[in-house]
Amino acid sequence: MSRTFLVFAESRDGKLRQVAFETLSAARASAEAGDQVLALVVGSGASSIAGELAAYGADSIYTIEHSDLNQYNPEGYFAAVKKAIDETKPDAVLFGHTAIGRDLAPLVAASLQAGQISDVTAISRSGSDVVFTRPLYAGKAFEKRSFTSSPWVVTVRPNNIQAPAPDSGRTASVTALTYPAPSLRTIIKEVVKKTTGKIDLSEAKIIVSGGRGVKSADGFKPLEELADVLNGAVGASRGACDAGYCDYSLQIGQTGKVVTPEVYIACGISGAIQHVAGMSQSRIIIAINKDPEAPIFKIADYGIVGDLFEVVPLLTAEFRQVLNV
Amino acid sequence: MNIYVLLKQTFDTEEKIAIENGSIVEDGVKFIINPYDEYAVEQAIQLRDDLGGSVTVISVGPDRSVEALRTALAMGADEAVLISDDRIPQDEYAVSKALHAYLSKQNVDLLLGGNFSVDNGGGQVAIRIASLLGIPHTGSVTKLEINGDTALVHRDAEGDLEVSVVTLPALFTAQQGLNEPRYPSLQGIMKAKKKPLQTLTLDDLGISPSEITAQTSRVELSLPPVRNAGKILKGELQDQVRELVGLLRNEAKVL
Repeated sequence: MSRTFLVFAESRDGKLRQVAFETLSAARASAEAGDQVLALVVGSGASSIAGELAAYGADSIYTIEHSDLNQYNPEGYFAAVKKAIDETKPDAVLFGHTAIGRDLAPLVAASLQAGQISDVTAISRSGSDVVFTRPLYAGKAFEKRSFTSSPWVVTVRPNNIQAPAPDSGRTASVTALTYPAPSLRTIIKEVVKKTTGKIDLSEAKIIVSGGRGVKSADGFKPLEELADVLNGAVGASRGACDAGYCDYSLQIGQTGKVVTPEVYIACGISGAIQHVAGMSQSRIIIAINKDPEAPIFKIADYGIVGDLFEVVPLLTAEFRQVLNV
Repeated sequence: MNIYVLLKQTFDTEEKIAIENGSIVEDGVKFIINPYDEYAVEQAIQLRDDLGGSVTVISVGPDRSVEALRTALAMGADEAVLISDDRIPQDEYAVSKALHAYLSKQNVDLLLGGNFSVDNGGGQVAIRIASLLGIPHTGSVTKLEINGDTALVHRDAEGDLEVSVVTLPALFTAQQGLNEPRYPSLQGIMKAKKKPLQTLTLDDLGISPSEITAQTSRVELSLPPVRNAGKILKGELQDQVRELVGLLRNEAKVL
């Protein structure tokens, strides 16, 4: 019997996020031939960006446009997703494991009396049996989990399940649904965009991260310059956050964010277990530290023993030259 | 104000993980209050001190969880409840149903929890309970102010800040930056020994195991591949930097 997978395709600032394509890819990886993969896009302008999802694997696309949905509000977004669920009766609902998906998926799971597998990093399928891999202890261990009942709710960690190359030959129907406009007990008063123009840590391909060795808030400037040249994001260790050098939203580790970039450049980070848990799944790790005995060198692919305030600007200059930026 | 705090006992974040016979070894491990739940406990105590009322900490877990609940009592919580029953499966659907069975019989004005637990990290249980109780929630809050029957909250959304007003009763999950949790004082530790701590089973809650069957199950548990130390570069810094960029492009094939 064919099944239906509904993907919540997240957008930001009027554009679909990369994680939307990755979540679609996760649905496709869970689906057998003949199964249907549906996508939902919400917010003003949803219908103008929805079409792009066809090329990435959506069979049918649903949109819900309403000004309530231009900014994340748990109640408004839940009402929208519930509307799409009532309309399409999916066997599984998938979200990105993002600020929105992490918050929204448990509401959907609870309302459906469903199980949820969170923060999935890999999917394997044999027939209709699907096994989801996810980290425990921020990546100090991994478990494989499966569902024992239906429907399923899944959140997919950004940057782990590759989005397919777009196939511009694919087409999908686009259906507009009506927002059921619940009365909201949560009123969003203001959104302070601190990240405009910056690359989100969880989606960044390159992360330049600073620890206690950065010594001050100003000490992050050379790291920011390197990140800019590499089109990457800046992160931090708990030590740097606790010392007040940067915002907690930059923290990487077992408390904080878990990241899996292509390249992780650890500057002045000793490599405490709790930090390593949050970044050890990065593809390439580079350590820059004055202390040759720092534990970070034990897991780094490449290490430079030296003062980050000397090394990082040299690295920035070298990349500028080589990359022509 | 009746404040309830969801709390989980977790491994200390400095602990390494070992697996034996298909499960994670707990022998000799140092346990702590899940760091995000600790922010929630601290916030609850501060709010109670300002507004009056009581703070009840509640956990689902094995008997060892009593230690974490006692710590919360020593910090200043008034009462603790441990739901401990081997028949509760390790599944967020089941755990949230058990907690809901207890909370639905209480008069909850404010419910706090952590953003996620540093062990399983699913981030589901608190938000599921908000849904089961039919109350609004805000996740990942870095500021929480109570003004009569509403709360003013700051939510950290991937670095952006969302300011909202939420009608109580409501649930909030704590993010780093919300506060600086206190250490229990010696006096607090002594007082905690006399504070009420009740242990409940499914029978006490009036639910049968069939109402909380697991919806997901673990198929396999493993450790990540070991990362080995790579190349420590040598020579003048300028040469090392040049070599590193070359290695990244030619050997690692990135950038």
